[in-house]
Amino acid sequence: MQFAIVVFPGANCDHDVYHVAKHVLGRGARFVWHKEQDLGGADCVVLPGGFSYGDYLRAGALARFSPIMEAVARYAARGGLVLGICNGFQILLEAGLLPGAMRRNRSLKFACKDVHLRVESASTPFTSRFREGEVFTAPIAHAEGNYFLEEEPLRRLEGEGRVVLRYCDANGKRTDAANPNGSIGNIAGICNAGKNVLGLMPHPERSSEEILGGASGRRVFESILEAVGE
Amino acid sequence: MRARVFVTLRKAVLDPQGQAVGQALRTLGFSELKDARLGKLVELEVADGTSKARIEEMCKKLLANPVIEDFSVELT
Repeated sequence: MQFAIVVFPGANCDHDVYHVAKHVLGRGARFVWHKEQDLGGADCVVLPGGFSYGDYLRAGALARFSPIMEAVARYAARGGLVLGICNGFQILLEAGLLPGAMRRNRSLKFACKDVHLRVESASTPFTSRFREGEVFTAPIAHAEGNYFLEEEPLRRLEGEGRVVLRYCDANGKRTDAANPNGSIGNIAGICNAGKNVLGLMPHPERSSEEILGGASGRRVFESILEAVGE
Repeated sequence: MRARVFVTLRKAVLDPQGQAVGQALRTLGFSELKDARLGKLVELEVADGTSKARIEEMCKKLLANPVIEDFSVELT
């Protein structure tokens, strides 16, 4: 198992993902600089969180033109597993690998806290180690996580079971108070039609060890291992 | 020549920054205010004779995100 972690200028969660892959899961992991044009035989590509290109213009808007993104798009088209976390999710949206866009949080504040998440679909390669409807906790840390998609495409996304994670309260109820950023439909994570590309705002790599206050996020990575037959 | 590109959130998209600014203006006593929306201004210096269509292409490819934003172009 080899994780390829794409490093954009301004990424700051790349080492966290590397740590989880290498030291928590004991699997192979390497960094791929954004100027590379080849992912080189990865089993899963991770676009980590951070502030690529300083979030200039729009979060993810410039990173999507990094040379490596063409390889990521080809890899995704072939069915390769691509996980975009936080800024990585924003980049996937800007690149058109996932539908929708991010607006500023409705509070206008950087939201940095633990949130409850409900697993809406356990039938993706990223969530197979969860039960459908299960609630778990993971941290968020973003200013632009207010997901938006127009009504018609949103209906399609929901209908196809591609909303994977939703913000909820401790009991799994989808309430407005439990929505940390104003996302439409309390959406925290979505996947593509092939279910091999997942984007999510919460940080599973920051909740993969008990010492960090919870290890539920590790199951995202364990699901990936399962998906590639490990 | 110069081109000015205005990027604004589409009308259907909630603009929390515009709302906050609008609220502040009302607090200052500008009760005639009906709505405030925030956007971006991008000033471009381009070769003379550059067409508006070419600038619009820049908008579509990078400067605006069509999912949430509209743009308009002014050549000066």
